[in-house]
Amino acid sequence: MTKAKAVNTDELVRYYRDMLLIRRFEERAGQLYGMGLIGGFCHLYIGQEAVVVGMQAVVEPGDQVITGYRDHGHMLACGMDPKEIMAELTGRIGGSSKGKGGSMHMFSREAGFYGGHGIVGAQVSLGAGLAFANRYRENGRVCLTYFGDGAANQGQVYESFNMASLWKLPVVFIIENNQYAMGTSVQRSSSETHLYKRGVSFNIPGEEVDGMDVLAVREAGRKAVARARAGKGPTLLEMKTYRYRGHSMSDPAKYRTREEVDEVRAQRDPIEHVKALLADHMDDDALKAIDREIRAIVTEAAQFAQESPEPPAEELYTDVLAEA
Amino acid sequence: MTQILMPALSPTMEEGNLAKWLIKVGDHVEPGQVIAEIETDKATMEVEAVDEGVVSEILVPAGSEGVKVNTPIAVLSENGADASPPSAQALRTEENRPSPLAGEGREGGVSARAETKAPAPPPLTPSPQGGGGLDPDIPPGTAMVKITVRDALRDAMAEEMRRDGDVFLMGEEVAQYQGAYKVSRELLQEFGERRVVDTPITEHGFAGLGVGAAMAGLKPIVEFMTWNFAMQAIDQIINSAAKTRYMSGGQLSAPVVFRGPNGAAARVAAQHSQDYSSWYAHVPGLTVIAPYDAADAKGLLKAAIRSPNPVVFLEHEMLYGQEFEIPDLPDWVLPIGKAKVRRVGKDVTITAHSRMVGHALKAAEELAGEGIEAEVIDLRTLRPLDTATIIASVKKTNRLVSVEEGWGPMGVGAEVCARVVAEAFDYLDAPPTRVHQKDVPLPYAANLEALSLPQVADVVAAAKAVLYR
Repeated sequence: MTKAKAVNTDELVRYYRDMLLIRRFEERAGQLYGMGLIGGFCHLYIGQEAVVVGMQAVVEPGDQVITGYRDHGHMLACGMDPKEIMAELTGRIGGSSKGKGGSMHMFSREAGFYGGHGIVGAQVSLGAGLAFANRYRENGRVCLTYFGDGAANQGQVYESFNMASLWKLPVVFIIENNQYAMGTSVQRSSSETHLYKRGVSFNIPGEEVDGMDVLAVREAGRKAVARARAGKGPTLLEMKTYRYRGHSMSDPAKYRTREEVDEVRAQRDPIEHVKALLADHMDDDALKAIDREIRAIVTEAAQFAQESPEPPAEELYTDVLAEA
Repeated sequence: MTQILMPALSPTMEEGNLAKWLIKVGDHVEPGQVIAEIETDKATMEVEAVDEGVVSEILVPAGSEGVKVNTPIAVLSENGADASPPSAQALRTEENRPSPLAGEGREGGVSARAETKAPAPPPLTPSPQGGGGLDPDIPPGTAMVKITVRDALRDAMAEEMRRDGDVFLMGEEVAQYQGAYKVSRELLQEFGERRVVDTPITEHGFAGLGVGAAMAGLKPIVEFMTWNFAMQAIDQIINSAAKTRYMSGGQLSAPVVFRGPNGAAARVAAQHSQDYSSWYAHVPGLTVIAPYDAADAKGLLKAAIRSPNPVVFLEHEMLYGQEFEIPDLPDWVLPIGKAKVRRVGKDVTITAHSRMVGHALKAAEELAGEGIEAEVIDLRTLRPLDTATIIASVKKTNRLVSVEEGWGPMGVGAEVCARVVAEAFDYLDAPPTRVHQKDVPLPYAANLEALSLPQVADVVAAAKAVLYR
């Protein structure tokens, strides 16, 4: 498993800040869901923050990100405006998809974020396609393609592995193994539970990474992204991570014990980990100032998401087709 | 004595060229021995002997063209054994997917052989535009040339690839094999492997990959060897291609063309013979095109490739080898969403798309012999459906027969009838009628297959029924 290397304080502060933004944003989203302001499915990223923040530390402008429906953290890490994300969750015109996409379907070409896909595993083929376009254009860009341990059992994932390796596409496949596909544990669903080995028959090198350690993620990501950018093809990174909340807001999570969750929170929390590293370099006040700044951003986003009006009825028929 | 017969090399082949004999009179032949080479319009295939014997006669000399399937081509004499019945010859082919080499049109006595294996499209003979000038899209006085639907599709792709470097073709056997149905013939030679991409047999994966490339701004043409195989990929077509623009509030589109042969070929049975017209025409966000003749195939495929939206382009294997006249214009592009009145009439409106347009036109010809003037509307685009053209016709004829190759329930005809009832109810003199495939999986047996698929006689009967004749 990749271990973290030394790091400078500015970078640590940035990771802390980015992870905390995701954590507080998701907590607020959960609250708004409970208030009935967010509807439908809402999958929170709490606990997995180090994965996307660590990977974003090694990409360049123009690189692409695509993921499944547990996507709020990815959008925040890509730099999308928290206001437009939260307003999309509440189904308002100020949302990134004008309220037509919802939690699972958001996009921003500007931020290099290509969704936000609700069908488990579909984003893996799409991500290979984004990488295909990069190779076609020889633009030096890399596509980070995220999926969960559940999607890792979908057939099209392996169809895409095959083509990506065959054509040496500039893509990094990132399995966020949070150990449960909805209510089914990896042990109950997967004949090979070491998911990083799933690329072996496609000649895709795999690596198991401590997904609760942002520095370990960054280190593994750096190598994988460099390899993809150099035209050497895909790498498979299995991020061992954990979600603290249920699969979605409506999941009571009876398939695991309270003790299991508490143990991870107490011992492996990705934010506490960075906070402890920072404690040697920063005083408490400085950390609290970051906390306050993040809370203000999230409060502003939640306020915007409630004040932004619902999309006008005319929006029902717009954006179905592009004008020729 | 054993006759060796001209073999059928594909489900739709009716004739071929006997290119070369590898045996001569007096030779002893063993089962499995390659005895001849036969050319179809798309490939040269080796023929193996099935029976043992001595060649006593060559009935069809090497170089003979247009030899009909099942014509005796040579005679073997037995080595003292009992005479055995004529036997078809086994084929040596690397193929193991059904029907990959099929595609010789068998309708209307038109041979596809005019197209040869020359690198360029066949020599075209310009002729002044004939016919009734029904298509307003062709400027008067435009010279017309003859071309197969297959080459029209090929030319459309080649022209658009020359025009736009973002256009590329991907699919199974599109490059080195030159296309399972030879629709992509010579594209690899002109555009190279960067833009003509052979994929593994992995429909779900490469459809998704194509959509992803389109989201990044490329203009992929994704060929399915047939639409039957695209059921593996239908999630990507609908959930990823069709819905992304809406779900993203207009930020992201997937301008991809999915194309390939749709519907029943010949004798390939239930799993390889499905018509997906109504499936895709059901879905907002998709454009669905199903052309009949070469001019529409070319003009609409070029339009599809230029479209900023995902397009489902339904071709028909039985039409690939058919020749039609096409306007000799440097950039022939047709508008999407416009039906075409292919025959003017006052007594009954017949709507159809794809191969069934041919059935409808033949039916109209028969009906004319009985004094019934049928108006034939080629829908051409199924989504958006050109309701106005249908309604205008029904207001004139007061009667409607819709024809489609697929199953009836929830089908294209159901939609056409519903729109006519909703918008022209007071003009109807008879209940609208549908002609469609029987409500069973398509059978293999030749007689049952013919019973299942719509026939010209069914269209004639339906037209007479709505005329109470």
